[in-house]
Amino acid sequence: MASRPEVIAPPEIFYDDAEARKYTSSSRIVQIQATLSERALELLALPDDGVPKLLLDIGCGSGLSGETISENGHHWIGLDISASMLNVAVEREVEGDLLLGDMGQGIGIRPGVMDGAISISAVQWLCNADKSSHNPRLRLKAFFTSLYKCLSNGARAVFQVYPENIDQRELILNAAMHAGFAGGIVVDFPHSSKKRKEFLVLTCGQCSVNASISKGKNEDGESCSDDDSEDEENQTVCISDRHRPRKKQKNNKVGKGKEWLLRKKEQMRRRGNVVPPNTKYTGRKRKDRF
Amino acid sequence: MRLITHNMLSSNIKGVVNGFPLRIEAEKVVEKTVEMNGEFLKKMFEKIDWKAFVDASRAMGYTELPEEADSSMLDSDEFLNRFHHALLELHLEEGVLVCPETGRRFPVSKGIPNMLLHEDEV
Repeated sequence: MASRPEVIAPPEIFYDDAEARKYTSSSRIVQIQATLSERALELLALPDDGVPKLLLDIGCGSGLSGETISENGHHWIGLDISASMLNVAVEREVEGDLLLGDMGQGIGIRPGVMDGAISISAVQWLCNADKSSHNPRLRLKAFFTSLYKCLSNGARAVFQVYPENIDQRELILNAAMHAGFAGGIVVDFPHSSKKRKEFLVLTCGQCSVNASISKGKNEDGESCSDDDSEDEENQTVCISDRHRPRKKQKNNKVGKGKEWLLRKKEQMRRRGNVVPPNTKYTGRKRKDRF
Repeated sequence: MRLITHNMLSSNIKGVVNGFPLRIEAEKVVEKTVEMNGEFLKKMFEKIDWKAFVDASRAMGYTELPEEADSSMLDSDEFLNRFHHALLELHLEEGVLVCPETGRRFPVSKGIPNMLLHEDEV
């Protein structure tokens, strides 16, 4: 991304009327949102029993991701903090219900009623403290705790996030684990800085022991293994390249002894090289002046 | 906002033990036709808090739901139609949702409830 909107302004201010309309009318953004939503629904691994599910769309914005949910035949409830974005959603006559709310204040939904939850490009906003009363750690905790409560047993939540750095991703993941979720990060296109997409895939409830996390997609769309370790390795190498300190000069170097020298000469004789004969002067130090 | 969402919503204010159900004060109610899915209705029937659902639909002006309901009534097409209508077709466009414990009022504008809390309520 060219610039990160979290750094510019809080979401309810950044996405004002003009920005909300611009965001929704950009065909490129619409396409990206649709692709990410399809992938999130795929990772959600909903049972294929033909019954529509009731999903929660966190940070639904103007309803782009919710539209994908509707196209797949499910019902959804959308939650967003930007009134302008929600107004655009109303104009577009989206099928889901909309709520104006702050996910950092906790999700005010009854326990155990949602069949799943998705979020596209929203959770990273919680890592920024936009008000003096905001504590990112507490807001993430409130969010994940209330989300865990309102999901039914065995339900999943998939968040597509743009973490600013490793620390931010760790912060989000730790908050989810502490709330009781199981799961991890799935990375699509891990080697491409432009196409790279990170999905936080979380499972709620006891059957998480058997749950399996999908593999991330590679450039050619195939699954690649060990995303996390590979990713860590890449990051480590990158950091090492950038910050490696200049090699310290060894100033107490010990020279090689006569035994080493004799061994080397014998070795070179065996290889057929021309080697001076060993004498009493072999291995002696020359005088200073030479 | 449809009643399916209202049946999920609860008050999230600090100190509130049971913030469900929110009382509805309806100023404007709109009806929009939605295609019925019997399987979804049966699944939602198990999740719905029926008492809250009946009270909410009456606050919205729809009074044709029975006070009590059990799963055998789902075999009746007439009941399914009423259930579907109340659950998915009634929309609260303007009004207020009231927290049952604190009396906090959450305004509903253009069908969108404003559930934002003040700093002292978090």
